[in-house]
Amino acid sequence: MRMETADEDLAQAAAKGDREAFAALLSRHYDRIFGLAFRLTGDRAEAEDLAQDICASLPAKLASFGGRARVTTWLYRVTVNAAHDRRRRQAARTRAADGWGDWEIARRAEAEEAAKAQDWLIGAMRALTPELRDTVALTLGEEMSQAEAAEVLGVSEGTVAWRMSEVKKRLRAMARAEGMP
Amino acid sequence: MSDDLEKLRSALKAATPDPDPAAKAAAMARAMESFDRHQESEGEARPMSDRPKGTGFPTGVLKMLMNLTSRPALTATASVAALCVGLIVVVPAIQKERPGSVAVPEVAETARERAADASVPEVALSQAEPELQTAPADEEAAQADDVRTLTLAEPAPAPDPAAPAAKMAEGRAGALADSDMDVRTLIGSAPKADAAFAPALAEPNTEVFANEDANPVKSVTEEPVSTFSIDVDTASYSVVRSSLKAGYLPPADAVRVEEMVNYFPYAYPAPEADDAPFRPKVSVVPTPWNEGTRLVHIGIQGRLPALGDRPPLNLVFLIDTSGSMQDANKLPLLKQSFRLMLGELRPEDEVAIVTYAGSAGQVLAPTPASDQAAIMAALDQLEAGGSTAGQEGLEQAYAVAEGMAADGEVTRVILATDGDFNVGISDPDALKSYIETKRKSGTYLSVLGFGRGNLDDATMQALAQNGNGTAAYIDTLSEAQKVLVDQLTGALFPIANDVKVQVEFNPAVVAEYRLIGYETRALRREDFNNDKVDAGDIGAGHTVTAIYEVTPVGSPAVLNEPLRYQPAEAQPELAAEDMELGFLKLRYKEPGASVSQLIEMPIPVEPEAAGEDARFAIAVAGFGQLLTGARYLGDWGWDEAIALANGAKGDDPFGYRTEAVQLMRLAESLSR
Repeated sequence: MRMETADEDLAQAAAKGDREAFAALLSRHYDRIFGLAFRLTGDRAEAEDLAQDICASLPAKLASFGGRARVTTWLYRVTVNAAHDRRRRQAARTRAADGWGDWEIARRAEAEEAAKAQDWLIGAMRALTPELRDTVALTLGEEMSQAEAAEVLGVSEGTVAWRMSEVKKRLRAMARAEGMP
Repeated sequence: MSDDLEKLRSALKAATPDPDPAAKAAAMARAMESFDRHQESEGEARPMSDRPKGTGFPTGVLKMLMNLTSRPALTATASVAALCVGLIVVVPAIQKERPGSVAVPEVAETARERAADASVPEVALSQAEPELQTAPADEEAAQADDVRTLTLAEPAPAPDPAAPAAKMAEGRAGALADSDMDVRTLIGSAPKADAAFAPALAEPNTEVFANEDANPVKSVTEEPVSTFSIDVDTASYSVVRSSLKAGYLPPADAVRVEEMVNYFPYAYPAPEADDAPFRPKVSVVPTPWNEGTRLVHIGIQGRLPALGDRPPLNLVFLIDTSGSMQDANKLPLLKQSFRLMLGELRPEDEVAIVTYAGSAGQVLAPTPASDQAAIMAALDQLEAGGSTAGQEGLEQAYAVAEGMAADGEVTRVILATDGDFNVGISDPDALKSYIETKRKSGTYLSVLGFGRGNLDDATMQALAQNGNGTAAYIDTLSEAQKVLVDQLTGALFPIANDVKVQVEFNPAVVAEYRLIGYETRALRREDFNNDKVDAGDIGAGHTVTAIYEVTPVGSPAVLNEPLRYQPAEAQPELAAEDMELGFLKLRYKEPGASVSQLIEMPIPVEPEAAGEDARFAIAVAGFGQLLTGARYLGDWGWDEAIALANGAKGDDPFGYRTEAVQLMRLAESLSR
């Protein structure tokens, strides 16, 4: 029964103290939060940590949800903001660790082809600024429209469009540097 | 979509690992815990116009307090009755300030309930505060993460002098005389709750304060002897400070002058090596606010054992890691505070850590203090969650402490909590006597409070009193520095217990006297020699100051008319050069002893110029009196107090005196 309930209704019920509704909402969306957290950070452990902290912080934020947006949009926004926040703090500690720095997944890669693709991905992501990476994580990783991504990031649609064209430019420059067409 | 973007998209998708079910389960569990906590605390977090009715309030603590205090309250009916009188006497003064808003309590019980009630919103406020300070500008940012990853390098819970700081009672051993104090603490807690609460909510103030009325001027012919217990509490100063920094004058009844004076360290002459553990110094100095009177300044300096000689310490940190400790000004501040303290320990000292939350557990086996890395690592791993099983934790901490104890070493359990001591205590009296038994077997207990909540002060003080320890409140890192670094030795090594002061004035010299402060510490004259009557303790290096204002015979400043029917009493014949103003007696017990020792000395007649410490103490005493109506100060006002304090700041290595001058200036502006 629960699974058929709309996200928004679950969130409203949870905000009113419905424990089960909150549990259902979380279990439905944890994977999504983790996935985006990974795409934002590029590190599995970091993503798990971030996802856990986000989950723990959700009860306090439920009140601010207020049903004005879709739950998924809201969750994406919470995730992006939490990642930003963490990045800011880490930046104070160490310059290097602003995401997609240590690439652990590469060690998991068995096929050489996959390893290659991942090396390319690391290179590509590191060539981008944090803002561009966030935009990529939403539009490409989560396959959001530019309008949706703009809503999550709290910027205008035009900014998202401009950022994506900037991403394209950098990728092209990277490809040229590697001597590919 | 361009090829490049398409390639990036598929690479990104391929790289993203599947979520780990274990990680998911852990995250869900934490979220549900947080959800439950949020439901509980919601009522507290938002103070509404109607008072929260017991929701989320640690009723266990309330019940425990009632039990802790009811027995002494019953046996000490006389003192309760006296308190009731005090309450009624106090009322008119308050009505002046807040017309039509004061209810007269019928019995002390009522006031106690009020005190309990009033502390609820205050807890709520102090919980809301750290969020204001530490929450990132971005509303959506992960606050839970914030709390968890705070480190020293981060500014979040930084020493904020504006945050309400309340450093509580030190050195009160429990027993009979404490029955007064317990009741006093409970009732006396009302002003603090009120102070923090009233400006936040524009609700009619229905509180009744129950501090004692200021000591009146007494005629020596009628009452030549004045007796009181020393008081090394400093809580009142912290309350005054937090009120002033919040922009309003503290309620007069929250001001206890002696606690303000004793907040500051003074450099009185230290005792000789073979003498008593402390040394009193008496001087008679001119009164800054009255030419016709003099001040008798009694400064007591506790011995500071040569630091190299101090016995090795065995410390068991008993840390509350219940869910309520998660706030930035609790567990994270506690970790920082203990880090500061570790720097003060010696390699031969040993530290163990026991936590309690849900179930108790030893987190760190006894470890030499030299192994700082291991201790810090254990501290860092502490996380808040679960409910509180205080008694179980305490039992385990004592068991660990007993395993560490050896001859010639000092063993102490340091309980760090926000006072949410509500699970697992089935019998408060049993807990109290349990702590007493352990004290007799040589393991002391100190309590560090984190976060604010007045009722909790009382619980923690009750525990510390029974454990022969101190209760201190830490809500900023600078307070932690004062308690755990600058004054650590005093807090950990008691040098004299049950210290009582008695002064007999010579009616041939002194017509009138009044004791400035110590209203709540008065003892009956006959109790001075009664070793069963408990009094305050002095820790290593502590200083205690008491000030009398005396009016010489024949001075135009005499307030009381001589009695018509009392014949002038025969005076002992003393030659002019042997003339004494009075006689000072002190009683104390060596730690662990049950028989008291006596120190006696005459008080000289001739005034001398006040030293720097005496001048500063007098300035602070003046400050306290200005806050409470300044009945005896004449034209002497803020400017004079500030000038006096400013001229007596001395070295002030920790900046406490400078802060006091700032507070006086603030009070001056606020009182205009």
